[in-house]
Amino acid sequence: MKHVYVLAVAALSAYAADLPTPIAIRDARVVTVSGAEIPKGAVLLRGGLIQDVGPNVSIPAGAWVIDGTGLTVYPGFIDALSTWGIPGAAEPAGGGRPAGAPGPAPVTPSPQTPPAQAQAPRSHGPEDRPQTYSFERAADLVSPTDRRLEAARAAGFTTAATFPNRGIFEGLGAMVNLAGERSRDMVIAEPIGQQIVFRTGGFFSGFPNSLMGNIAYVRQLYLDLDHYKQAHQIYDAHVSGTRRPEYDHDLEGLARSPRVLLPAMEAQQIDRILSFGPELKTPFIVYGLHEAYRRIDELKRANVPVLVSLKWPEKPKDQDPADVPNYRELEMWDRAPGVPGLLAKAQVKFGFYSDRVDTAPDLKKALKKAVDGGLSRADAIRALTLSVAEMYGLSDRLGSIDKGKIANLVVMKGDAFDDKTTVEYVFIDGVQFKPSKETQKGPEKKEGATTGPQKPERGIN
Amino acid sequence: MRRLVSIGLLICVVVFSSAAETILIRNATVLTITKGTVENGSVLVQDGKIAAVGTNVSAPAGAMVVDGTGKYLMPGIIDCHSHTAVEGSVNEGSVSDSSMVNIADVLNPEDINIYRGLSGGLTVSNVLHGSANAIGGQTIVIKLRWGKDAKGLIFEGAKPGIKFALGENPKRQGYPGELFSAGPARERRYPGTRMGVEEVIRDSFTEAKNYQADWKEYNERVGRGEHPIPPEKDLRLEPLVEVLEGKRYVHAHCYRSDEILMLIRIADEMGFKIRTFQHVLEGYRVAKEIAEHGAGASTFSDWWAYKIEAYDATPYNAAMMARAGVVVSLNSDSDELQRHLNLECSKVMRYGGLNETEALSMVTINPAKQLGIDDKVGSIEVGKSGDLVLFDQHPLSNYSKVLKVWIDGQEYFDRDKDLANRKEFEQKKKTLMDKEKAAEKKPEEGKGEPKKGAGPGGKAGKKKEAAKPEEVQ
Repeated sequence: MKHVYVLAVAALSAYAADLPTPIAIRDARVVTVSGAEIPKGAVLLRGGLIQDVGPNVSIPAGAWVIDGTGLTVYPGFIDALSTWGIPGAAEPAGGGRPAGAPGPAPVTPSPQTPPAQAQAPRSHGPEDRPQTYSFERAADLVSPTDRRLEAARAAGFTTAATFPNRGIFEGLGAMVNLAGERSRDMVIAEPIGQQIVFRTGGFFSGFPNSLMGNIAYVRQLYLDLDHYKQAHQIYDAHVSGTRRPEYDHDLEGLARSPRVLLPAMEAQQIDRILSFGPELKTPFIVYGLHEAYRRIDELKRANVPVLVSLKWPEKPKDQDPADVPNYRELEMWDRAPGVPGLLAKAQVKFGFYSDRVDTAPDLKKALKKAVDGGLSRADAIRALTLSVAEMYGLSDRLGSIDKGKIANLVVMKGDAFDDKTTVEYVFIDGVQFKPSKETQKGPEKKEGATTGPQKPERGIN
Repeated sequence: MRRLVSIGLLICVVVFSSAAETILIRNATVLTITKGTVENGSVLVQDGKIAAVGTNVSAPAGAMVVDGTGKYLMPGIIDCHSHTAVEGSVNEGSVSDSSMVNIADVLNPEDINIYRGLSGGLTVSNVLHGSANAIGGQTIVIKLRWGKDAKGLIFEGAKPGIKFALGENPKRQGYPGELFSAGPARERRYPGTRMGVEEVIRDSFTEAKNYQADWKEYNERVGRGEHPIPPEKDLRLEPLVEVLEGKRYVHAHCYRSDEILMLIRIADEMGFKIRTFQHVLEGYRVAKEIAEHGAGASTFSDWWAYKIEAYDATPYNAAMMARAGVVVSLNSDSDELQRHLNLECSKVMRYGGLNETEALSMVTINPAKQLGIDDKVGSIEVGKSGDLVLFDQHPLSNYSKVLKVWIDGQEYFDRDKDLANRKEFEQKKKTLMDKEKAAEKKPEEGKGEPKKGAGPGGKAGKKKEAAKPEEVQ
């Protein structure tokens, strides 16, 4: 608590001190992403926006100048599907998000039943609208006090497409900055989409508790939405003499979603979602993708943006040594980090999402794995910035270092994805943050208590 | 088991390389099922279909010739009751009418049991929802085209179905709490009795009829130039309307004769047909009524007494129903049993005295009739699909082995290739395991790495959740 307080004060003073003063980073390597890299140039920030960028930027008198010699400026990284900014969303109590979250994980029912669900009345069908929080808005839930934000910034992230985190229809996401004096400062745009998670409970839990039940349920709700829209249209055209259609809170949430995010981790799940997605008559994004090395052509043909989980599959920690993994598992551990490289080569639009990897060293390591797996550095940066802005329709304000865009930058000493590289500064809405060395290195295992607030406490809620 | 998983994956690569071609299988004993047995017979398959059957068929230029000397060729085996290739649970057991869910949505072409089925000569499966509820989910007929995606499995032109279930499974209510201490108390599911099961079915069809009428009325009003708000589309009732309109088959899980008669009465009352009674262990008692209704019966050869309602059974059931004029098939209901359905046929010869053709019909042309696909598969006849199995000995012999399997004239299983590829495959796997081991050692340098416990989203290739005792299918 004490730490949060200190941080808040620091952020407050930063806002007060910095906003009116222009900031110039000069003599730095600038990776604009939208255009050519500038080997030696300057970026001028003012009023929370990028005022100028180029090899020859005139720096106004009174500007706070940072000598960028030896530094590289990138657009701030964007987590393309996140819970960052929603305090307590790290791990919902009772493991509401099934283990390994993103893919349909129907293989094992979650061992614990969340207490809230156990008490909830049993759902008897889609008409009961079980597990539907389609109306919940991330924009109303975010808070700069989420302790994971500092760790995310230390890995170069300034922004996240954040979504509420319960149910099958998780609610309306928001593009948020990972800092702000108040919650409302964080929100860049909302709603940006509706996230769907397939959740399978026990045999006798309420509807739906199977993967096919989840699919049928999602299909039914979108049919209901069709009907809802049609009914209102007919009513509006013939008010007199027509009985008014009901107001439906859940469907209003769906109606407001400009796109829907659907999970698919394995090859057959990708096939399934690519044929299911179009049924919903809403633009969709597929997230998960660890076995996409077997479906690159199909993804290219479908022309659907995708998000790759940074939680790379690996050997389970306490696996019985006698339990030999099967070939497909082994191949997935080996090839999943190669997926981003293959997607880039095929020119499939993709981004990364943190998927509960939320310490700076883990994030860096996960990104480096993708680069080691064959993704070019330039493509990696694009996937972390402009590509995500484009798929959410926000490339007019985010994702590259261009005049007029939001002043979200990350300044590194060295090249991103090198082991020794450090994040020197992060700018969010033009406000400067300097991540501590401890945060970048990650929590010390043994003396956790003394190293600061970086490690988010899990399961608080 | 895992070894077999792996081998299957490798084989799928091999299979892809052999596209449908012209194949002549010559000089085999051809068990056509419907047209007798042709000694020293040859079968020509062209463009995926059987083009010629006889003793005097010559190979066109470029045809692949398979020598069948001393071997037996029969049509691909058909299983009228399967739960193979389903991702996740086969039951949406939360509700007593789960007709909104569809097995076709969750087909898993990666299920190794497809390949294992092939290795036993199986080529077609009726993939059903489980029996947890009175009206279960929608079902789909597949061909075991191992290596294809989910859409590639679907049997084109086969009518979809829906699963019904009677008796102990659908009347199971859930955990009442402390009494059996199987978990926390939950709100109980209706129904808890057999009469409740009957009521659920009658109630759902009454709703379906109202739904059908609502749409009819809506369309009439639109026809009159009015602007009504349409009824809401209901995914639960749509398939039941299809049943009423004869566009969808009903496959009903059942045991007791009184319940079989009960379902026939509901069907007559509501105006639909039961396509097959599944398991139907007391079918021998009401075979006449089943035949009169025009339903088929898909049963086990000699499996019973695994629950109270399955006690009053006999291995003569299949033969007795067949003698009474019912179209009878033998099903597996099991990933394991589906690999040797040919041997199930031997049992009905022992119990009931059926002849070889009658017996083998129960896993070929009879299930094809029950699924309405007997114009396409189920026997070796000109014009039917090139779904063929080559055995080294007579398929009714315990010692027989499957050598080759074709579906639509394409080779999907070859015993010799499977065996030959195992070594190479083991090597490939070892390489990956060594790589993984090497990677595992590395992180120890950077001590204090917090290793994440949770595994990846879907456990690749992991077998679907083991059937719990209450999940009898």
